[in-house]
Amino acid sequence: MDAFLWVIVPYLCLATFVVGHFWRYRYDKFGWTTRSSQLYEDRLLRLGSPLFHFGMLGVVGGHVVGLLVPQSWTDALGISHETYHVAAVAGGLVAGLMAVVGMAILVYRRRTVGPVFSATTRMDKVMYAFLAAVIVLGMWNTVAGSIMTFGREYNYREGVSVWYRSFLAFRPDASLMADAPLGFRLHALVAFGLFALWPFTRLVHVFSAPVGYLTRPYIVYRSRDDRQLGSHRPRRGWDRVG
Amino acid sequence: MRVMAQMAMVMNLDKCIGCHTCSVTCKQAWTNRTGTEYVWFNNVETRPGQGYPRRYEDQEQWKGGWTLNKRGRLSLKAGGRWRKLATIFSNPKLPSITDYYEPWTYDYATLTDAPAQEHTPVARPKSLISGRDMKIEWSSNWDDNLGGSAATEKHDPMLAKIAEKVRFEFEQTFMFYLPRICEHCLNPSCAASCPSGAIYKRAEDGIVLVDQDRCRGWRMCVSGCPYKKVYFNHKTGKAEKCTFCFPRVEVGLPTVCAETCVGRLRYIGLILYDADRVLEAASTPDEHDLYEAQRSLLLDPHDPEVVRAAERDGIPRDWIDAAQRSPIHALINTYRVALPLHPEYRTMPMVWYIPPLSPVIDVVRETGEDAEDTGNLFAAIDALRIPVEYLAELFTAGDTVPVDGVLKKLAAMRSYMRDINLGRDPDASIPAAVGMSEEDMYDMYRLLAIAKYDERYVIPPAHAEQAHSLEEIATECAVSEYGGGNPEIFGEGSGTLTPIAVENFQMLKDRQTSDTLAGPSDKASRVNLLNWDGKGAPSGLFPPRPPGPPAEEVEDR
Repeated sequence: MDAFLWVIVPYLCLATFVVGHFWRYRYDKFGWTTRSSQLYEDRLLRLGSPLFHFGMLGVVGGHVVGLLVPQSWTDALGISHETYHVAAVAGGLVAGLMAVVGMAILVYRRRTVGPVFSATTRMDKVMYAFLAAVIVLGMWNTVAGSIMTFGREYNYREGVSVWYRSFLAFRPDASLMADAPLGFRLHALVAFGLFALWPFTRLVHVFSAPVGYLTRPYIVYRSRDDRQLGSHRPRRGWDRVG
Repeated sequence: MRVMAQMAMVMNLDKCIGCHTCSVTCKQAWTNRTGTEYVWFNNVETRPGQGYPRRYEDQEQWKGGWTLNKRGRLSLKAGGRWRKLATIFSNPKLPSITDYYEPWTYDYATLTDAPAQEHTPVARPKSLISGRDMKIEWSSNWDDNLGGSAATEKHDPMLAKIAEKVRFEFEQTFMFYLPRICEHCLNPSCAASCPSGAIYKRAEDGIVLVDQDRCRGWRMCVSGCPYKKVYFNHKTGKAEKCTFCFPRVEVGLPTVCAETCVGRLRYIGLILYDADRVLEAASTPDEHDLYEAQRSLLLDPHDPEVVRAAERDGIPRDWIDAAQRSPIHALINTYRVALPLHPEYRTMPMVWYIPPLSPVIDVVRETGEDAEDTGNLFAAIDALRIPVEYLAELFTAGDTVPVDGVLKKLAAMRSYMRDINLGRDPDASIPAAVGMSEEDMYDMYRLLAIAKYDERYVIPPAHAEQAHSLEEIATECAVSEYGGGNPEIFGEGSGTLTPIAVENFQMLKDRQTSDTLAGPSDKASRVNLLNWDGKGAPSGLFPPRPPGPPAEEVEDR
């Protein structure tokens, strides 16, 4: 059972994530968009969207540090367990709260503003359910596990993080996850579900974060290149002569 | 000097009757889809008026276009790259749907489904955004013909700049129409605002396009364009804009809006410009110099040096020829009667306008004076500051000198041509008064008044060696390209798509250039069913019967 939950399911989800994105990018570039609903409603979005997104940036950053940086590294830097813990919890709380509040505003907006609700697809709703579950479980782990010390104390950097790195290295150690508290296990499982859904939702827009804008020239000139004139490519056998 | 070619348009506002045919045909061709209901690539505004979307010209509110920063360098008015990325999650300057209008339809089914009843059933307006019943309160041309302008005229940002005098003289209402499409700017701020780099300027003809596969829906182009001519398709989540009908232009046809223009007021042609000096021109410190700076970017296609540079930069010979015959170059630089729309946005717009003389003429005529006399018209242009200042706000960043000049040229042309039309001796002093020769004045008259189809639209087709891939020739199949299966083998759908423009090209050309309205006499295959009285066979519908004994054959059947 552990092997199924912590080896098979994660790898299936990862495969779906990778192949799904490849497929989506290859066949549905036209559908690859944020699908913004700002045109319909502005007031709530102006508040909720930056809160949520900046919160999520913090959350993702925190996960990168927490999951990918081994405890031995920070120990080597002389950062004590307590210092790290306080910093992680404080950062996590701020970012997490921003994300939760932002998401609450956005979900409220999506449900109550007529045009936004009618522009919501079934996939959006499924995705929102998973996303909300992941975020709530994550907050629960932070709050309940670290502050209220609900149940036993758990150092995820010796459990979940190690398992995650072993997972990425293709040498998964399922027993590490099996020992983790329920909250962490659920959080990880639902997150993997979200990753599996990811390529088929609007979340793909995360991967088109336009950092290239900072370096490219303002005005883009493009020639009508012969591979793609008009809106589609020439047919096979119609190669250009000139 | 780096020579680039630009497809540009000039509109002669004196001829615009505000019929909205351009808007309607454009909409039928490009934006009659879900998600683009509120999108008008071409719209016609009544001026004075708020425009579409409402008050789009107020850049203090919308922050579109470029501005000079403290160091005098050109920068986006809405903020640079970091600012754009910081506000990417919620564009602070995006017009909401209420700034455009909430598109609607009617539940026509009520009309046919209603049971027999005492009162006539009513088709109620339904919002195309929310699907609910709605109250229609605004639309793309709600203040058409100054309708309701007593309530809305104060919202015109251009009028506000000259407001103190206007209150007093608004009774003498002046009005004209301003058809607008995307300006296909030389320095497009929409493209500069696009975080994804999806908006590009085509190197061959300068048409500004949105790559639908690269657009990610960040909406920065919508707020970046000071003309608000990039729209957000709320169903696909992508930006869309006027394409200058590039599939048509590539095969040498004018845009849909120009083709269908009833007043024949649009001119399309190539101009050559110096791409190296665009930034410099756009950074001109004084707004009043921007018109001249922009005009000076355009190169003289007859100058051998320019021709040599153009050939060096890979512009085909027939394109240079077309640039030499271009009505755009003539109107902008030879006669200098066309002005850019809002040069102060510093985007170097490439749809130019000949300002209307008619508000002035109307005023003179109402006084009972001779409205075609140069002296009267010149005096009126000098006296009627309101129309002139208003036009200057639109076309020269408020500098009335160029507008004065253009209006006087148009007035002089009117007077000069009246003498000729009435069989009097032409008065050479009239063109001289506006610094033109008699030949130039007559040529300008020809171009403005009676230019035929092929003089108004000098559009060199894209090159034949590329022809198979041009949108309208389309010898490839769109459906199979996207994995939608093979083209059908049988029936109506078999074969590849029939490129409509090519099919109709000769026919259309004949119709546009012939002197008769229908059924050109030299076309043997054309059958005019309107002349058929219903008896016998219409002449020309069937091929002539072969000679021989036809009678028996008929009886056999």
